Amino acid sequence: MARGAVALTAAGAVAVLAVAPVVAVALRAGTWTLAAPDMAAVRFTVLQAALSAALSCALAVPLARALARRRFPGRGLFITALGAPFLLPVLVAVLGLLAVFGRAGWVNAGLSALGLPVVTVYGLHGVVLAHVFFNLPLAARLILFGWQAIPAERFRLARSLGLGPAEVMRHLEWPMLRGVLPGGFLAVFAVCLTSFAVALTLGGGPKATTVELAIYQALRFDFDLAAAARLSLVQLGLCAAAFAVASRLTVPPAFGAGLDRAPDIPRPGGWRRGADAAAMLAAGAFLALPLLAVVLRGLPGLADLPWQVWAAAGRSVTVALVAAVLTLACALPLALAAAAGARWAGLVATLPLALSSLVMGTGLFLMVQPLLRPADVALPVTMAVNAALALPFAYRLMLPGAEALRPHDRLAQSLGMPPLARLRLVTLPRLAGPMGFAGGLAAALAMGDLGVIALFATEGGETLPLMVHRLMGAYRMEMAASAALLLLVLSFALFATIDRIGRHAAS
Amino acid sequence: MKLPIAAGCLTLAFGGAAAAETPVITVLAYDSFVSEWGPGPAIETAFEESCGCDLRMIGAGDGAALLARVQLEGPRGAADVVLGLDTALTAQAAATGLFAPHGITGDWDLPVAWGDPLFVPYDWGWFAFVHDVTRLPDPPRSFEALADSEVTIVIQDPRSSTPGLGLLLWIEAAHGARAAEIWAGLADNIVTVTPGWSEAYGLFLEGEADMVLSYTTSPAYHLIAEGDATKAAAGFDEGHYLQVEVAGVLANAPQPDLARAFLTFLGSDAAQAVLPTTNWMYPARMPAGGLPEGFDTLLMPERSLLMTPDEAQAARGPALDRWRAALSR
Repeated sequence: MARGAVALTAAGAVAVLAVAPVVAVALRAGTWTLAAPDMAAVRFTVLQAALSAALSCALAVPLARALARRRFPGRGLFITALGAPFLLPVLVAVLGLLAVFGRAGWVNAGLSALGLPVVTVYGLHGVVLAHVFFNLPLAARLILFGWQAIPAERFRLARSLGLGPAEVMRHLEWPMLRGVLPGGFLAVFAVCLTSFAVALTLGGGPKATTVELAIYQALRFDFDLAAAARLSLVQLGLCAAAFAVASRLTVPPAFGAGLDRAPDIPRPGGWRRGADAAAMLAAGAFLALPLLAVVLRGLPGLADLPWQVWAAAGRSVTVALVAAVLTLACALPLALAAAAGARWAGLVATLPLALSSLVMGTGLFLMVQPLLRPADVALPVTMAVNAALALPFAYRLMLPGAEALRPHDRLAQSLGMPPLARLRLVTLPRLAGPMGFAGGLAAALAMGDLGVIALFATEGGETLPLMVHRLMGAYRMEMAASAALLLLVLSFALFATIDRIGRHAAS
Repeated sequence: MKLPIAAGCLTLAFGGAAAAETPVITVLAYDSFVSEWGPGPAIETAFEESCGCDLRMIGAGDGAALLARVQLEGPRGAADVVLGLDTALTAQAAATGLFAPHGITGDWDLPVAWGDPLFVPYDWGWFAFVHDVTRLPDPPRSFEALADSEVTIVIQDPRSSTPGLGLLLWIEAAHGARAAEIWAGLADNIVTVTPGWSEAYGLFLEGEADMVLSYTTSPAYHLIAEGDATKAAAGFDEGHYLQVEVAGVLANAPQPDLARAFLTFLGSDAAQAVLPTTNWMYPARMPAGGLPEGFDTLLMPERSLLMTPDEAQAARGPALDRWRAALSR
């Protein structure tokens, strides 16, 4: 059957892209023993990921609670905006954070005006700061779902029993948090394990090197292929372990079913009202100020950007679009196959979660290097790796739609509709919504990627994030800010456009 | 030396579509060399006047990363000349087998004798920590004093940058068996380790640290180009490590004859006279006009330290392990 063949082809492509690099890496690694500095990189990676996850979750709790129990104009917009950091190119965020927290930044200007000592953003602080910036919104959204999942009946019962806020916390909110927080912690932990661009720009030396960064240094600084391969295996082990723990730890909600009424969360007044407002204002400022800084610093020079930056922008858009198409081309048949009961399809689609960008990149590098100049294949490799990395998200987004499609599918089959017509008339219109969202997500993530491209590219083939990085390296901060603003605008525009096309096609 | 702040990536712009009959020679160099304020543009123009060719200068990170880049591309690389290695790397570079003899003989005005068959020197200098005398009037005068002080420094990664590697060998040459101890003492003085010289110098100028690893000649830039006499190099009791910067021809160079002509040109008066006020280093052959005014104010170390290429190669690996171990704690 044609459809099965398509799904198998997609699965084969993903498996090759995920497994072949691992084989290449394993063959090259030689020994399994790690030098002391490599062990230090492993410790730093785990430490910063744990700190980042703990801080993100701890700060997300008051924010999520405030959002759950307060109503105010712009609340919906605020919650939507919490999704933005996920799409934000890492380097744009780093530039914004430097403008706010750097030695010459706003915070230190304020501190020194008050006669206080300045803070530095290099090393562990900087890495954790950037990770909290990215993941606090993610954690807040996860925890907000938890609050909204407490059935309204429970809160009404609590009210009729005359429970105060402290008792509500103890009997309702804390059990919910105990169920939700471990998953949130692990999600953030897993994201931070593969940190590359943040450690590259804010790490600063062997004390603050992640495994992902150490892989890059082994290849680009030392040309030590065996060391890069060894570190890749270590990284693979770390990610696979985090992934295994995370997938085992799905906590069932313990509240029983409610009637799915609109949540009726008590809204205590007094100081708690002020505390909620403060939590939302602080989080809003923390998330918005760096972006504002990028816009303010970048806007004046935007029109004067040299053509090399525009050429890099063109390359990035191409990479993003091709990666999005590749992601969808793999995710669609796999989601349809999984909906039809093929369990292997889901397994293959989530396989890339165990791999990081530089592990896949290193493996492909080892395969390509004996045959070609790595720089010549920098863009295709970046497209393929980013498509693979976005696949698990796209698959998850499209699976519910694919399952809902089953009844229509049987009808189409009984009508004897040819496969292509069925795709055009039945499948695509009904899946267009999630496909648009998944495609936009894949495009935005590929647009902002600085990992594989840094491994492969030399000059003349830069994507926009690599260009921003080189400008920062050359201390052309004004131009870097303008290029970062361009990157920001293009990433969000790509996401919004593709998402919109999907929604339009669905209606 | 590599002042002012490099903008390597922007000057990477290839010279556009050259006419098919014009031969193209490609020179790989460190970012600050090719930047619009570095020696790259002047040297490119001067060489193109006589060679009937199109010179393309490509910035590829900092000096030490150039060697990894050449290995990465292997024999399929498209470059003719690599410019910006130093004697800490020449033995390792020779061992790759990717470089060809240059066949150039000449008298050099270097503090050391020169007879390397694969690499020709183009400038030299002493590494030093540079500070602002208005902010740090009394800088430390030795590594031990620096380690004991609260003075903050920015250094470069020895795996990607020649000053970073130079500092490693400086401490090895000056303190030998105590190198690990010195690094352990320095660890808390280091604000950050940058991949290249440009980043580190930029951070220093922005006030992120009290001192930066650079050259005794760096203050000349501020004095001559900016009329600013506040920057100085701190003299260290141990003596200062020497750097001789070199260029070499790749064995698989598409234009080997042009590549050798370029190396000869690098040693000529036209190129050498440009280097002191663009690369801010001492010329490898004293130009007819001598050194520019302002160079006489610079720190002249009484003791120079330098390992032979073979010693440097033998020292590099263990020194790198000590550095990473001390700084990863």
